[in-house]
Amino acid sequence: MDILVCIKRVPMVGGRISLTPDGRGVDTEMLGFTMSPHEECAVEAAVRLVERDGGSVTALTLGPPEATDQLRDAIAVGANAAILLKTDGREWGPTATAAAITAVAEQHQAQTGRPYDLLLFGNEAADTGDYQVAVRVAHLLGHPCATGIKQLEVDVHGVHARREYRGVTELFELPLPAVLSVKEGINLPRYPSLPGRMRAKKAQIDEVDPEWQGDGLKLDGLRVPISERRQAAILGHGVEAVPALVDLLERLGVLS
Amino acid sequence: MSVVCFVEQDAEGVIVDSSLRAVTFARMLSDQSGEEIVAVALSARARGSGGAGPGSLDGAGRNPAEGSLSEGVGQQGHEVLGAYGVGDVCLLVLPRTVGYAPRALATGLAQLAGAARASAVIAASTDHGNEVMAHLAALSHLPMVANCSEARRVGPTTLQLSRQRWGGSLIEDSVLEAAVALLTVATDEVAPVLAPAASEPAARTFTPELAETDIAVRAIESRDATSGVSLANAKVVVSGGRGIGGAEGFAAVEQLAGLLGGAVGVSRAVTSLGWRPHSEQVGQTGTRVSPDLYIACGISGAIQHLAGCQSAKVMVAINTDPQAPIMGRADYAVIGDVNAILPALVDALSQRSR
Ligand SMILES: Cc1cc2nc3c(=O)[nH]c(=O)nc-3n(C[C@H](O)[C@H](O)[C@H](O)COP(=O)(O)OP(=O)(O)OC[C@H]3O[C@@H](n4cnc5c(N)ncnc54)[C@H](O)[C@@H]3O)c2cc1C
Repeated sequence: MDILVCIKRVPMVGGRISLTPDGRGVDTEMLGFTMSPHEECAVEAAVRLVERDGGSVTALTLGPPEATDQLRDAIAVGANAAILLKTDGREWGPTATAAAITAVAEQHQAQTGRPYDLLLFGNEAADTGDYQVAVRVAHLLGHPCATGIKQLEVDVHGVHARREYRGVTELFELPLPAVLSVKEGINLPRYPSLPGRMRAKKAQIDEVDPEWQGDGLKLDGLRVPISERRQAAILGHGVEAVPALVDLLERLGVLS
Repeated sequence: MSVVCFVEQDAEGVIVDSSLRAVTFARMLSDQSGEEIVAVALSARARGSGGAGPGSLDGAGRNPAEGSLSEGVGQQGHEVLGAYGVGDVCLLVLPRTVGYAPRALATGLAQLAGAARASAVIAASTDHGNEVMAHLAALSHLPMVANCSEARRVGPTTLQLSRQRWGGSLIEDSVLEAAVALLTVATDEVAPVLAPAASEPAARTFTPELAETDIAVRAIESRDATSGVSLANAKVVVSGGRGIGGAEGFAAVEQLAGLLGGAVGVSRAVTSLGWRPHSEQVGQTGTRVSPDLYIACGISGAIQHLAGCQSAKVMVAINTDPQAPIMGRADYAVIGDVNAILPALVDALSQRSR
C-alpha cells in the first residue's frame, strides 16, 4: 500500500503569542517549529499500516524551505520518502494548497501507473484551522473521504474509520483509494530511533515549485484577543494553603 | 435573497445549542441586508437510521409521508428557530437508509442555496458543520472560511470577517470576496441571542437530487454506554500536567475529582508521555471544557491548553512557579509542590465528610 501523508510546519507557541510588527504574522524569532499534532498522528498511522502490510509512506509538506525539518522528522519515524512543495513564505490558502497536493498525487499516478492508495491529513492545521484541505483533495481526485477520524482499520475490503460525535460512534466504510483526515488520539506517535534520525539526515527530499493562487480570502491583519488579564489571588504556599483551599471549595459550593 | 443556515439536532431531535449560535451569527448578515434566514435540518428518518442496510437511491423520497414536519425539527424546534429569527424552516429529505452523509447534505445545501438565491451558507463550526461545509465548498468551487466570529457585508459579494486561528488564541481579520459566502461559526465566541421579535417560520421539505457518489460515504452509528462523568460536560474538572511527575501521581488527581464529583483532565505533555489517555486531554487538539471550576495542577498554561478551558467560570492553579503563564488566567493560586498539596487536600476533604 502506498500512502501519501500531508503535514504542516507550525511554530511552537507557548505561554503567549506575539505578532510581527506589521501584524500579519506570528513572530517566530524566538520559537521552534513542529509538525501539527494531528499530522504527527497521521504519520504514525501511515507508518503502522505500512509496517504491517508493506508499501511506502511518502510525507509531503507545502511550506518554506525550512519545512524540510518536519519532513525529516517524518522520515525519522518511518516515512520512506518526502516531497517539499516549496513556497516563498507567502501564506497559502486551502484551495491553492489542495490544488498543489492534488497535482503531486496525479503526477505519481501518471509516473507509476497506480494512485496513492491512501492520502492522510490532519483534521485541521494547528495555526489556520481551515478544516477543508483533505475534503478538497478528495473531490479533485474523485476519491471518497472521511474526516476527524480517531480509529482506523484497513483490510482487503477497504477502510473502516471511526470517530465520536455527540456521544455517538460513527463508522465510515470507504473503498480504496481514499482520503482521510485524522485527529490526535488516534494513536500515540513514537519517538524517532537513532537509526531513524541517521536515515532522516541523509534522506533526499524531492522539491516541487507549485504556483500560488488566490482564493477570495484576503488577510487584513491578526490580533490577539483581548482576554481578561487576571492576576491570580494567592491563597498561600504549600500544604499550609490547604485550609484556604477547602474554604474556597466550600464557598464555590462544589463540596457535597 | 436569503441566508441559509444548516442546523443540527441531538438524538432526541432538539436543535443543538451550537446551531442556535450559528443562527444568531446568520442574523448579523440578514439584519444588515433584510434577507430571510432559511434554516435547513435533516429529516428525522435520515437522521436516526444510519446503517440500516446499504443506502440506495431507489425509492428516494417516493413515500409522500417521508419528510413531513413531524419528522423534522418538531413543533418545539420550529418555535425555537422562530424565536431566533428564522423565516423559513426547510427539511432536507434524504433516502431513508442514508443517515449522516456529508456529501449528500452538501449537495442538498448547494441545490437549496441555488433555489433560495443564498448570499451565504452558514453552519456551526462542529465536526459535522465543518465537514459538510468543506464538501459544499469543494462541490461549488467556492472559498470556505472556518471559525468565524464576526461578519459584515461591505459590498454585493464582499464580506469583512473575523475568524479564529490557533483554536481561538489569535483572531484573523480578513476580507472575503465570493458569490456565496460559506462560513462556519466559532460557537465559543458567538453567544446565542434571541431575535428582537419572534417570527413564525414557514415549513417545507426539499428532496435533493442525489448521485450514488453523494451517499457512498455515510455514518453507521452506534451508541456506546458512556461511563462516569463526561469531561466535556463536567461541572468540575481537575487537570494534571507535567508537574504531576508521573502516572502514579494521578491517583490524587482522581481522588480529588471524585470528591468534587468532577472529571479528570490532563495536558498534552501528559498524554504524549503516555501517563494518561488522550480522551482526557484538554485543549486545542483535545476536549474543550467549560466547567464551573477548573483546577490546573502542575500545568504551565500554554495557549493551546487554555484554548480548551478558557471559558471555565473559576480557575484555580497549583504550581511551583509563581511566574507560570497560568497565573495570568487563574483566579486563585496555591504556590507549591502539587504532589504534597493534592494528597493533603484530599485528606482534609475526606476527614471533613466523615
Ligand atoms: C499545535 C499545538 C497544539 C497543542 N494542543 C494542546 C492541547 O490540546 N492541550 C494541551 O494541554 N497542550 C497542547 N499543546 C502543548 C502545549 O503547547 C504545552 O506544551 C503543554 O500544554 C504543556 O503541558 P504542561 O503544562 O503539563 O507542561 P509544562 O509546560 O512542562 O508545565 C509544567 C508545569 O508544572 C509546574 N510544576 C513542575 N513541577 C511541579 C510540582 N512538583 N508541583 C507543582 N507544579 C509543578 C511547572 O512550574 C510548569 O508550570 C499543543 C501544542 C501545539 C504546538
